[in-house]
Amino acid sequence: MNRHLVTLICITLPVVLLVIAAELIDDRLLTRLATTLCINMILVLGLQIFTGNSGILSFAHIGFMGIGAYTSAVITMPARLKSMALPELYPIMQGVQLDPLVGMAIGGVVAALVAAIVAYPLMRLSDAAAVITSFALLMILHTIMVHWSEVTNGPRTLFGIVEATTLQLAAAAAVVAAIGAYWFKESRVGILLRAVRNDEVAAAAIGAHIPLLRWRAYVLSAFYAGIGGALWAHFITSFSPNAFYLRETFVILGMLVIGGPATVSGAVFGVFSVTAVFEGLRALEKAINAADLFSSTVVGLTEIILALVMLIVLILRPGGIIERNEFGTLARWPFMKKQNSSRGE
Amino acid sequence: MDVGTILQFTLDVLNLGSLYALMALGLVVIYGILKLVNFAYGELVMVAGYTLYLLNGSPLPWLIMALVAVCMAVIGGITTDLVAFRPVRANSLTAMLITSFAFSTLLQNAALLFISPRARNVPLPEIFTQSVTMLGVIIPVRNLITIASAFILLGAFTLVMKRTVLGMALRAAASNFTMARMVGIPANFIITVAFAISGLFAGVVAMLWLGRIGAVVPGIGLEPLLVAFIACVIGGMRSLVGAVVGGYLLALIDVSFNYALPPDLLSFRDAFTFTMVIVILLLRPSGLIKGPDTGKRT
Repeated sequence: MNRHLVTLICITLPVVLLVIAAELIDDRLLTRLATTLCINMILVLGLQIFTGNSGILSFAHIGFMGIGAYTSAVITMPARLKSMALPELYPIMQGVQLDPLVGMAIGGVVAALVAAIVAYPLMRLSDAAAVITSFALLMILHTIMVHWSEVTNGPRTLFGIVEATTLQLAAAAAVVAAIGAYWFKESRVGILLRAVRNDEVAAAAIGAHIPLLRWRAYVLSAFYAGIGGALWAHFITSFSPNAFYLRETFVILGMLVIGGPATVSGAVFGVFSVTAVFEGLRALEKAINAADLFSSTVVGLTEIILALVMLIVLILRPGGIIERNEFGTLARWPFMKKQNSSRGE
Repeated sequence: MDVGTILQFTLDVLNLGSLYALMALGLVVIYGILKLVNFAYGELVMVAGYTLYLLNGSPLPWLIMALVAVCMAVIGGITTDLVAFRPVRANSLTAMLITSFAFSTLLQNAALLFISPRARNVPLPEIFTQSVTMLGVIIPVRNLITIASAFILLGAFTLVMKRTVLGMALRAAASNFTMARMVGIPANFIITVAFAISGLFAGVVAMLWLGRIGAVVPGIGLEPLLVAFIACVIGGMRSLVGAVVGGYLLALIDVSFNYALPPDLLSFRDAFTFTMVIVILLLRPSGLIKGPDTGKRT
């Protein structure tokens, strides 16, 4: 069988199975968990598109998630709720009330547009300078979200967002996202971008337009983040700007790094495995708190374990658990004698 | 403007600038050698803060407590090297960035788990709350202490870097690491020393910073880290002098914004300063003051 087909099946099948399982068991908690997982998968895949292919770490990703979330939340909110939740909103925006699906799409587009405008000059930078600017961008986006009270209700919680994200919707989006990320990786732009990642000088010498290539990946990645954020907003229905900051960045980055940033399979694997560990630990934390074993409540245990796992994975397998071969290539190992190490990547 | 306002303004800039310069220097010491941004730098400030909090109530005089806290920051710096950097140094730059980010989260959440998410007061000596009056301006003594200790520390650091074998080895490693190793400078040792110096700066910053805010929280390290980032980028990521200049310049900009901007724009001050960072990185990628020429990262 075609290795692309095998890969596509392997990265989408877990989501489909998860939805079926959640439908069969029909447990509220499991459904919520599965929905969160699908949304996280979109975010991680978005980050994979840029970081995985270009090799440049981006911290601003979660900021674009925030843009998508706030955009969609504000333009879909019913007018009577708006006067309560956002009393200072501009009059022009007051009457706007779109269908949540349209709102989510616009959320993604706005995030991509903002990325397209601010990112182009930044794409020339590599290494540490690129990381610092993306970090600075996250800080700028966060400061704006915290202080633009007309649209975001300031540092306070924004409530009254239409609940529209179902498990099926999130799962469908995740499946499309996975296929899209794999398509991008195998596209001309994706391949050229990885050539740039491996050797900037050599890639430029064969005519790769480095800033333009990176910019395309960045805009697509921001679109993913915007859609993910919008889905999340209509799922959680109330949030504050602190949801789009370093903690969320750490979780998303952790999933990608542990799974393997260079491959789509790795990103998907990372989401599933980290979510499983995370939820297990959170249940443990809750059990400890319920049993009153310690005088104070236990917080932060899950993050500590995630950080430790990240350190161990990076020390033992710097490229993540699935380093370079997609599932499709991995699956051929038992049947093929050799030659896939040259085909891999 | 009368003399009092000018004096007030100058002292504000000098005070904030001294703090910022020390913060930036601690970050640049690492960047110069490893070409690496240490995200766990802010947590060294936190470590020193919590040490001071845990020593609260012990019969020791404050200066000894402060000394222990600074030592803990130095130990924290060395641990950062051993845990987050040495094992992955052979790998990509990204790997080191992520390990330092992970180590930072690890320390922060450890404080959250083992101490408390709430702010904890730290012991401070009397002198930090006193103030003197000069030309009709009330000046807190802690500001003068900050300025004085920054000057002493910067002077001592300059002497070490220029006059001792260790300082020369550090500068050699920063300018060309491979070459430095070839002439017999022990690589691991030099890197560990750089981390220890970074911890020393973080510890001193922690003492002065806590003198201003009086309490320690798990997230205390974020602000010093961000300040250090901006100051380094303005001054030049590769140059020690640049870091100090950047620190004072950033303080000048911040204090001027405080005096000049209307209140509703003032809340966006951080967005303005970070935009400036991006613009400077685009126009002058090596900062205002260019560091020594460098070979590739090793």
